[in-house]
Amino acid sequence: MVVGASVAGLTAAVTLRTLGYDGRLTLIGDEPHTPYNRPPLSKQILAGTWEPDRIKLRTDEELSDLDARLLFGKSATGLDTAARRVVLEGGDSVSYDALVIATGVTPNSLPGAHHLAGVHLLRTLDDALALRADLRHKPDVKVAVVGAGFLGSEAAAAARRMRLDVTMIDPRPVPMRRQFGDRIAGLVGRLHTKNGVSMRCGTGVRRFFESGGRVTGLELTDGTLLDADVVVVAIGAAPAVGWLAGSGLELRNGIECDPTCRAAPGVYAAGDVASWHNDHFGCRMRLEHRLNATEQAQAVARNVLGAGQPFAPVPYFWTDQYDAHIQAYGIFPAEAELAVLHGELEGGHFVVAYGHRGRVVGVLGWNSPCELRKLRQLVVDRAPWTSIVPTQPAVWPGRHLSASLR
Amino acid sequence: MQVTLHQDKCVASGQCVLAAQDVFDQRDQDGVAVLLDERPPAELHDDVRQAAAVCPALAIALADA
Repeated sequence: MVVGASVAGLTAAVTLRTLGYDGRLTLIGDEPHTPYNRPPLSKQILAGTWEPDRIKLRTDEELSDLDARLLFGKSATGLDTAARRVVLEGGDSVSYDALVIATGVTPNSLPGAHHLAGVHLLRTLDDALALRADLRHKPDVKVAVVGAGFLGSEAAAAARRMRLDVTMIDPRPVPMRRQFGDRIAGLVGRLHTKNGVSMRCGTGVRRFFESGGRVTGLELTDGTLLDADVVVVAIGAAPAVGWLAGSGLELRNGIECDPTCRAAPGVYAAGDVASWHNDHFGCRMRLEHRLNATEQAQAVARNVLGAGQPFAPVPYFWTDQYDAHIQAYGIFPAEAELAVLHGELEGGHFVVAYGHRGRVVGVLGWNSPCELRKLRQLVVDRAPWTSIVPTQPAVWPGRHLSASLR
Repeated sequence: MQVTLHQDKCVASGQCVLAAQDVFDQRDQDGVAVLLDERPPAELHDDVRQAAAVCPALAIALADA
């Protein structure tokens, strides 16, 4: 049985069938839609260049070829690992021999905001369509984006593409700092400024103003008042594990799994909800990356069928903002040092390596997809930092910052 | 096996090249995938299926030729 029917859940189900599993298969998802791809939500769907039909993960025919019981629009509400049963909303329960949990994450909310019209989260297709409609509900909409991570940055870029007035607010000094470190995040900040976003970094939101139940503006923690017709709240997300309370599974930052992504006898986790020890980097991680949802689900399907293999990938992620296509392999610790391997930081095309504890742990490319792919091997090999920086490197040591919007 | 590549969906991740470098490449200027062999030999079919499975943009379609 698979709980969660987005990329990871569907991939687990498909892979089980591909590997020859011909027993009973149930796929449960809490969204009413058939499974769809999420990255375009904050890009093409929001910008209006694609319609929802283009992001289906499988046609209806392909789904029926799975020969699985598909329960879409239905939530799992509990798990009994001793009896090996999943409880569904409405009280029905379904037994399993093996369970794959792929329930993803739930976006964080801002207290005291979400009862107002015009305030949006962005996680599901319905969220994206509601936000898209609201961005067009009148001419010259003013948009405030709270949170400058992947989602906030992409939403801001999409709104600017619609020529709207956009302000981005984040307590950190530059956007995407947590993802890329100060130096590269600074370039992302400049990119937004160059494209007409008003950046309000180093501030949070104090309160919202409303009229007739609709947001009209907000006050920042530095006292600034902003008009806003639409507010996008993109302040991270939390693993969707509420339904697992009392199940006996280890729940800290997601479902804690062993290196094979097993959480308990017969129970595995994949995708955004799974935390596991990645032997390649020697640390525990939980990734909200599109490719990881696929690769981890494939690994879990193999392990459900007895492979017993540790899942130790080199993570990959990308983001598209304006004319910048940013891609990265590996991990990006705040205290990593940087070395430019290709191009120039100020030139709009480059690849940088991130070094940590004497090894290359990440490579990041900016409009350099082919060069980046060739340099990925450095991360696969955990190449010694001295091998790529034979002389004294230019170093921008990062700093930890624990500022938070909440 | 008949391989179809939808370049308009491609996000230049390069995962197809990592999975099946004899069948896929990337354009130098923007990294968009290029199909080198739309009817690859049988010994490459598993790699091509993996390329299609991991493509984050669902840009690769496979059919029986």
